[in-house]
Amino acid sequence: MLGPVAAGLWGALLPAMGHLPAAGFIGPSLEAWSALGAWPGLGDSIRLSLVTGLLATLISLAIVTLIVAGWWGTRPFNWIERALSPLLSVPHAAAALGLAFLIAPSGWLARLASPGITGWDRPPDWLIPGDPWGLSLTAGLVAKEVPFLLLMTLAALGQVRARAMLTSAQAMGYGRIAGWLKVVFPAVYAQIRLPVFVVLAYSMSVVDMALILGPSTPATLSVQIVRWMSDPDLSMRLVASAAALLQLALVLVALAAWRGGEIALLRWGIAWATGGGRGAMLDPLRPLGLGLGALSALAVLGGIAAMALWSVAAGWRFPDALPEALTARSWMRHADGLGAAVGDTALVALVAVALAVALTVGCLEAEFRRGRPIGRAGIWLLYLPLIVPQTAFLPGLQTLLLRLGADRGALPVIAAHLVFVLPYVFLSLGDPWRAWDTRQATVGAALGASPGRVFLRVRLPMLLRPILVAAAVGAAVSVGQYLPTLLIGGGRVATLTTEAVALASGGDRRAIGVFALAQTGAALLPFALATLLPLVLWRNRRGLHG
Amino acid sequence: MRLLLAALASLAPGLASGQTAPDPSDWDSVLAAAEGQTVYWHAWGGSTQTNDFIAWLGEQAAERHGVTLEHVKLTDTADAVTRVLSEREAGQTDDSAVDMIWINGANFAAMKDADLLFGPFATQLPNYDLVAEDEAITTDFGTPVDGMESPWAKAQFVFMYDSADAEPPADMDGLLDWAAANPGRFTYPQPPDFLGVTFLKQVLVSQVDSDALQSPVDQADFDAVTAPLWDYLDALQPNLWRGGDAYPTSGPAQFQLLTDEEIDIAPSLSPSEASAAIANFQLPDTIRTFVPEGGTIGNASFVAIPFNSGAKEGAMVVANLLLSPEAQLRAQTPDILGYGTVLDMAALSPEMRQAFADLDLGIATLSPAELGTVLPEPHSSWSTAIQDAWIDRYGVN
Repeated sequence: MLGPVAAGLWGALLPAMGHLPAAGFIGPSLEAWSALGAWPGLGDSIRLSLVTGLLATLISLAIVTLIVAGWWGTRPFNWIERALSPLLSVPHAAAALGLAFLIAPSGWLARLASPGITGWDRPPDWLIPGDPWGLSLTAGLVAKEVPFLLLMTLAALGQVRARAMLTSAQAMGYGRIAGWLKVVFPAVYAQIRLPVFVVLAYSMSVVDMALILGPSTPATLSVQIVRWMSDPDLSMRLVASAAALLQLALVLVALAAWRGGEIALLRWGIAWATGGGRGAMLDPLRPLGLGLGALSALAVLGGIAAMALWSVAAGWRFPDALPEALTARSWMRHADGLGAAVGDTALVALVAVALAVALTVGCLEAEFRRGRPIGRAGIWLLYLPLIVPQTAFLPGLQTLLLRLGADRGALPVIAAHLVFVLPYVFLSLGDPWRAWDTRQATVGAALGASPGRVFLRVRLPMLLRPILVAAAVGAAVSVGQYLPTLLIGGGRVATLTTEAVALASGGDRRAIGVFALAQTGAALLPFALATLLPLVLWRNRRGLHG
Repeated sequence: MRLLLAALASLAPGLASGQTAPDPSDWDSVLAAAEGQTVYWHAWGGSTQTNDFIAWLGEQAAERHGVTLEHVKLTDTADAVTRVLSEREAGQTDDSAVDMIWINGANFAAMKDADLLFGPFATQLPNYDLVAEDEAITTDFGTPVDGMESPWAKAQFVFMYDSADAEPPADMDGLLDWAAANPGRFTYPQPPDFLGVTFLKQVLVSQVDSDALQSPVDQADFDAVTAPLWDYLDALQPNLWRGGDAYPTSGPAQFQLLTDEEIDIAPSLSPSEASAAIANFQLPDTIRTFVPEGGTIGNASFVAIPFNSGAKEGAMVVANLLLSPEAQLRAQTPDILGYGTVLDMAALSPEMRQAFADLDLGIATLSPAELGTVLPEPHSSWSTAIQDAWIDRYGVN
């Protein structure tokens, strides 16, 4: 994990200091930095990165906390849990495109309300999406990060005795939300701190969502880095490298600020928690949590519905709520391109996920046999590629691969995907793997089975479902990767995601609908398989269905 | 893994051989070498019509010559240029990821100046004899072509308008007045988008009457020459769609805005693009085109082959195929692509000439007479200069 990140950062450091001999730049010099400083959009793009990142993280965490505090263990919460996997698997680009289809002044929401309610026969001249404050982008990020943080929170709840703590608090007269915040939240937050950091770093440096939902005059720093990377003027490479390091510094500053905020809140929080207030007045917030959660789910699902409709629409002018007619034309028209993109997507995802699952299972089994769990350093190492912004180390990694002559085709892309797939697979498989009752192994051994046989005949079959779920998570991550595919693949690996984002610039909603829907399908299918396969394979072993 | 390595090792000599530069004048050997090659054509991929056309061309190349054509869909042609640059930087000199680029203007000038192109080859392609060789074909934005790129389509700048909502203004000043009277109903793609920069150049040539535009920009007083351009844009800016705070990302992105009733007038790169889009349901059938008095600028699209392409023969075969009357006819058909042909009608067989004459140009396409004077593009260095100046002025608020 350390290798690619360090190599990529090193590959950014030298050009940032004006040293790129192959292009005729001999350093060290500070020219790249002064050119970066002279770019008139710098202030705005830094502000955008910081504000969208911090705001998206804060709002997502607040919504997740409100939902869990207000509804954990109730029937609505079961519905939320069921919606989680599909929501989680919708790729970021598809969610962004869907949201743009919904909220644009000529989008589906405005169409549904026009001209009846709004009186518009022309869409209003409002700058959405792409508003200069980055609010559309923030909304898109929140819609995608809420499911992720919720999943992480659910996993963390398994580690702390939340039920007992909450019951005690309520028995002492604390309101549901206040009791949760005072007693359970601190324990849960300690467990999800790293995922929160991932959300923060990701939100600050995302490229595909920012291209679709973010402003363009100027764009966010990460989008600008990608633009500079592809400038025909080679000296812009130096500026891009300097900006990549700036992006890294920004993320570190934001993480430090977040940590500072944690410490400040801690003091106040301890006083509040031990103050004895029962906080019953917080409980009316419960509908708010559910409402916001439902809204963020609807933003994703509604967007997908809008894209599905566009992909089969014949003529559809504003302000009609529905297309004039439905046609399969767009699908037939794009069938060839779609087939090729599906092939590349599947190849990369299957190999990357297979490798990630094999590595993860190997690691976990070794950890079990040695009886030594992965340490804090190990966890940080796993998270490293998720916390260091992609725009900071991928450009350098690309230059490096180019030097090695391994800069294109499926293999390097698979390797790059593996860097991002592995942590997610490890994180989702780690807990169920360790939660497996090791007395089964003892029984197996007592019956004369070798550790290998126990592993193959007992542990793997029993853990088939979590392994498949982890593989599905990994596949969704791989399907959604934009920047690694684009930069490392040299254009020869065209996945559904790169095709969808490329089409987004053309504005053909039908084509975008087709590709974004296919992309969503590609990410959803593994989840469906992960649910169905164990039921089919173990149809005569009821105990393994759970 | 060992097997894989062995397989790779056995491939390596095959990759290294055959790297002598192909000779385009010996066409038979080019055809022979091309068979079985895969040509990665890096071409802008934001337009579904173009993508479909390239897919069709790929079928032709495979059937007729055994060449596999892969369309690498770019969001920006500069990406391919950068790619070749960084390959040379890394010592990759014989098997580029790029075999052919849809190119013209500043990107061509940059690649030609940096010796990144293979050639000259274009004038030796068998079908080049059919090309109507005029100034737009021999000089690309002021840079002599010298056979380093092969033409395949011609374009002339026009405006699209929704005849249900707007009357076409008479000239470029009239457009400014129209925008003031109809704020928020006109826009253009955000430079450095190609069409966006072309719009800037259209304003420039309409507002500035100076020979300086035909020479490299560093020989002129940039601020003095371009002052009328910025006066025009400053006046236009507040009346643009979204008040000029946002712009469409590309030419086709404007189709959606026109269809959604967000705007009424938008620039277009080719006279028949609107008709083609209407035929594809991408534009409403009330869209028409107009050309302002004083004429509009025109240019040609080319394909070029990087110096380090591993499939130069295949790329030349595709370039030649692009110039075949069948491909040109298909490209000019409005509901397919609607690009102007580069062929000389007099050089064609009577049947092909008739087929071109029989093309129904579509309801939104102006006749050659209505299109009026074609103005020459300013020297390519002006594109970059006004594009950078635009980004400094309007690209960041």
